[in-house]
Amino acid sequence: MSLSVAKEKTNFKMDTSVVRPTAMHENRKIVFDTKDLNLWYGSTHALKDINLSVYEKEVTAIIGPSGCGKSTYLKTLNRMVELVPSVHTSGIITYNGREILSKNFKVEELRTSVGMVFQKPNPFPKSIYDNIAYGPRIHGIRNKKILDEIVEKSLRGAFIWDEVKDRLKENAYGLSGGQQQRLCIARTLAIEPDVILMDEPTSALDPKSTHKIEDLIQELKQDYSIIIVTHNMQQAARISDRTAFFLNGEVVEYDKTDTIFTNPSDRRTEDYISGRFG
Amino acid sequence: MKYVDAEQVKKRMNGRIIKNTIFKSSFLIATLFGLVVLTILIYRVFADGISWINWDFISGKLSTDANRAGIMGAILGTFWVMAVVAPVTMIIGIGTAIYLELYAKKGRLQAFIQTNIANLAGVPSIVYGILGLTIFVRAMDFGNIVLAGGFTLSLLVLPIVIVAAQEAIRSVPSHLSEASYGMGATKWQTIKNIILPAALPGILTGAILALSRAIGETAPLTVIGIPALLIPFPGGIWDKFTALPMQIYYWTLDSSLVEEYANLAAATIVVLLLLLFLLNSAAIIIRNKFQHRF
Amino acid sequence: MALNSKLAKENNVQVREMIEQKQKSRSFLTIFEKIIPILLFLFATLSIITTIGIIYTLLIETIHFFSAVPIWDFFSGTNLKPLSQNPEFGVLPLLNGTIISSLIAMLVAGPIGLMAAIYLSEYASDKVRRILKPLLEVLAGIPTIVYGFFAFTFVTPVIRSIWPDVAATNILSPGIVMGVMIIPMIASLSEDAMNAVPNSIREGALAMGATKLESTFKIVIPAALSGIISSFVLGISRAIGETMIVTIASGSSKNFTFDITQSMQTMTAYIVEVAGGEAPAGSTIYYSLYAVAMTLFVFTLIMNLLARYISRKFREEY
Ligand SMILES: Nc1ncnc2c1ncn2[C@@H]1O[C@H](COP(=O)(O)OP(=O)(O)O)[C@@H](O)[C@H]1O
Ligand SMILES: [Mg+2]
Repeated sequence: MSLSVAKEKTNFKMDTSVVRPTAMHENRKIVFDTKDLNLWYGSTHALKDINLSVYEKEVTAIIGPSGCGKSTYLKTLNRMVELVPSVHTSGIITYNGREILSKNFKVEELRTSVGMVFQKPNPFPKSIYDNIAYGPRIHGIRNKKILDEIVEKSLRGAFIWDEVKDRLKENAYGLSGGQQQRLCIARTLAIEPDVILMDEPTSALDPKSTHKIEDLIQELKQDYSIIIVTHNMQQAARISDRTAFFLNGEVVEYDKTDTIFTNPSDRRTEDYISGRFG
Repeated sequence: MKYVDAEQVKKRMNGRIIKNTIFKSSFLIATLFGLVVLTILIYRVFADGISWINWDFISGKLSTDANRAGIMGAILGTFWVMAVVAPVTMIIGIGTAIYLELYAKKGRLQAFIQTNIANLAGVPSIVYGILGLTIFVRAMDFGNIVLAGGFTLSLLVLPIVIVAAQEAIRSVPSHLSEASYGMGATKWQTIKNIILPAALPGILTGAILALSRAIGETAPLTVIGIPALLIPFPGGIWDKFTALPMQIYYWTLDSSLVEEYANLAAATIVVLLLLLFLLNSAAIIIRNKFQHRF
Repeated sequence: MALNSKLAKENNVQVREMIEQKQKSRSFLTIFEKIIPILLFLFATLSIITTIGIIYTLLIETIHFFSAVPIWDFFSGTNLKPLSQNPEFGVLPLLNGTIISSLIAMLVAGPIGLMAAIYLSEYASDKVRRILKPLLEVLAGIPTIVYGFFAFTFVTPVIRSIWPDVAATNILSPGIVMGVMIIPMIASLSEDAMNAVPNSIREGALAMGATKLESTFKIVIPAALSGIISSFVLGISRAIGETMIVTIASGSSKNFTFDITQSMQTMTAYIVEVAGGEAPAGSTIYYSLYAVAMTLFVFTLIMNLLARYISRKFREEY
C-alpha cells in the first residue's frame, strides 16, 4: 500500500516535469512563473511545492475539490493572501520576469497590473460610475473627461454599457447579481491590467448570467491573460486553454485543457473529472 | 412497578401552571414598573415646567428673579461645549478605533489599550471632573471656560465613541476592502474611501449617543466650578459659561428657598429632554436611512 | 461582440501609461502611508494618558493629604468635620452613605431588573420585546440631574406623606430613584446573559413537561448566573459613582448613622460640595477631595474588574 503511494508520487513528479515550460517548446510568453511555492496558514500547509507557468493571453483554469488551495494560489499571485496575518511562504513567483514575493516589490504596483474578480460580486456601495472610477482615481487620475472616457470604455469592455449607460449615477446595488459581477469585471478593466484573476466568478450567478460572463472571458482573452478558478469542470473545458488540477495543496496535473479532459495522465485527475470524487 | 404516579403528577400540574401564570404577571409588572416611573417623571416635569416655557424664558438672560429668568446663556453654553466635544471625540475616537481595528497587531499592546478603554468607561463621571479641574482648569490655567468643560466631557464620553466606531468598522464586510486592495489601493486609501464611508452611519449613531450623554452630564461641571448665576452669554470656546444641567442643578437646590425655582428647573428639564429627543431621533433616522445592503 | 471589444481598445486614452506616470511622482504617498499609523497610534495612546492622568493627579494630592492626616484616622474615623476649628477627616460617614444608598438602589434595581430580564428573555414575544426594550433604554438615557430633580421634588414628598419621620433630605429617596435608573442596565445585561443560553437546553426542559417558570429557574438562570451576577456588580459600581441624585436629594449631613430617613453624604456628594466650595488650593480640605476621590476610584475600579472577571471566568461554554 505504502509502496504504491510512493510510486504514484514519483510518477506524479515525472508527469509534472513533462509540463515544465522548458520542456513544452511554447512560443507564448510566460506571465506568471511559479517555482517550488509553499504556503502555510500558521501551521496549515496549504500549498505544497507548486510549479506552474501561466501563459500570456490565454485562459488558464484551476480546478480541484473544495479546500485544495485554488483560492489560496490565486490570491498569492496578487499577494492578497497576505491580508491573513498568519500566512508565510517559500519559493519564487515571477511576474514578467520580476520576483513578486520579495518585500521590495510594492503590492500596490502588482495589484494595479494584476486585477481580481471575486467569487461573490462585491461592488462598492457607491454609484456605478464611482465604482468604475475608483481604480483610476486612487491612482491619481482626476480629470473628469478622462474618467468619463475610462468609465464608458470599461463598461463597454465588460459588455454592460448598454444596460447601465442611463443610470451611471445610481447605486450599484440596484443591479442584478450577474450585472454586478460584470460591473466588477469592468471595474478591474478600468485600470487596464495585464492579468485578471477570477475566483469562481460565476458560482453565485444564474445560468444565463454565467453564460454572459463566459462569453466575456472569451473576448477578454484577446487582450488579457486570465486565470480562473472554477468549481465547474464543464466551464473549465468550455473556456480555458490550459487547466491545472489541484488536490490537497498540490498540482496533480497541468496541461492543455484538451489533454486534461480527454487524456489525463494521472489517475486522480481522471477520477476527478469523471466525477468519482470531489 | 411504576416510579411515576400519573395521578400525583396530574394533581400537581394545576398548581405548577397557576404558579407559572402568577410569576409571569409579576415579571411583566416588573418590566412595566420602570416605564410607569418614566411616565410619572415625564408627566411631573411637564406639569411643573411647561407653562413657564415661552419665548422670553428661552431667549432671556439668567436672573435671580424667577419671573424674569431666561436660559439663553445656558443654551449657548451647552451649544459651545458640544462644539468642542463633537469634533474632539469624533477625531480621536475614530482615530483610535481605526488604529485598534485596522493597524494594531493583535497582541499585548492592543489588548492593553482595549482593556484600558473598557475600564475608563466605568470610571465615575465625577472623577473626570477632578481630572478636568486639575489639568485643564488649574495646571493649564484655562479657568472654568468652555474649552476646559469641553475637554473634560470629551474624555468622559470618548470610550463610547471608540467602542461604537470599532463595532461599525468591524461590521464592514471584508469583501469590500478586498475589492479595493485588489485594485492596487493602499491601506489608507482603502480605509478613507471604502471602510470609513461604509462605517459612517454606525459611527455617527455612536457619536450622537455620546453627545447626548455629554449634554446631560452635571457632576464633572460642578467639580470644575461652573458658576451658578452667569449673566453674560458665552460667545466662543474661550468664554466662561454655564450649561443647561448646571442651571437645573442650582434651581433644584434652591427651590426650597424660592418655590418658583422648581418650575424653572422643570422648564429647563423640558428643554433639555427635547434636545435629547431630537438628537436621538437623528440617530435613529441615520441608522435606518443609511443602513447598507452590503 | 468582438467589435465592441475592439472599440474599447482603440480608444485613445492610455490609462496604463497615465497610471505609471502618476506612480512615479507619488512617493509622498508612501510617506503618508507610514505617517498615518503613527498618528493614529498617538490618538489611541490618549486613553492610556487619560488613565495615567487620573491616577497621577489623584495619587499626588492624596499623598499630600496623608501627610497632613494620618491614613488610619482617615479610614477609621467616624467624624467628618472639615470646616470645624479642629477639623477631622474620617471617611466612614461617607463610605456609610455610599454603601447605604447603593444598597437601597440595588434592593430596587436587582429584583426588578432581573424580573424584567426574565420577562424579556423568556416570556415576551419578539414583537413585545422589540417595543419594551427600547422604552426601557430610555430610562437609561435620562440625565441623572433629571432624576435628582425627580427624587427631590416628587419622590421625597410622596414618601414623607406616607412616612412623616422622613427628613426633607434623606438617603432613602435618592437610593430608590437611583435604583430605578439602574434597572435598564441590569435588565439588559442579564437578558443578554440569558439569551446566550442556547434554546436546545431550554427545550430539553420544556419537553419533559417543565413549565416556563421551572425551566427559567432551574435551567436558564443557573446557566446565565455569571452574567447576571456580573450585571449586579456593575449596577453597584454605577450606584457608587452616581453623584447628582444623592447630592440634590440627600443633603450634606456628615453624620455617621444607619437611619435611612435622615440625610447622609456619599463620597461623590462630598466631592461636589468641597469642589464647589472654592476650597483654597493647598488646604487640607482641598486635598481631602482627592483622598475621597481616590477611594471612590479604587472602589469602582475593583467593582468593574470584578464584574469582568466573573463574566469571563465563569462563562459557560455551550
Ligand atoms: N484565512 C485562512 N486561515 C487559515 N486557513 C485557511 C484560510 N483560508 C484558507 N485556509 C485553508 O487553506 C486550505 C485551502 O483553502 P482555499 O484556498 O480557500 O481552498 P479552495 O479555494 O480550493 O476551496 C484549506 O484547507 C483552508 O482550510
Ligand atoms: Mg475558494
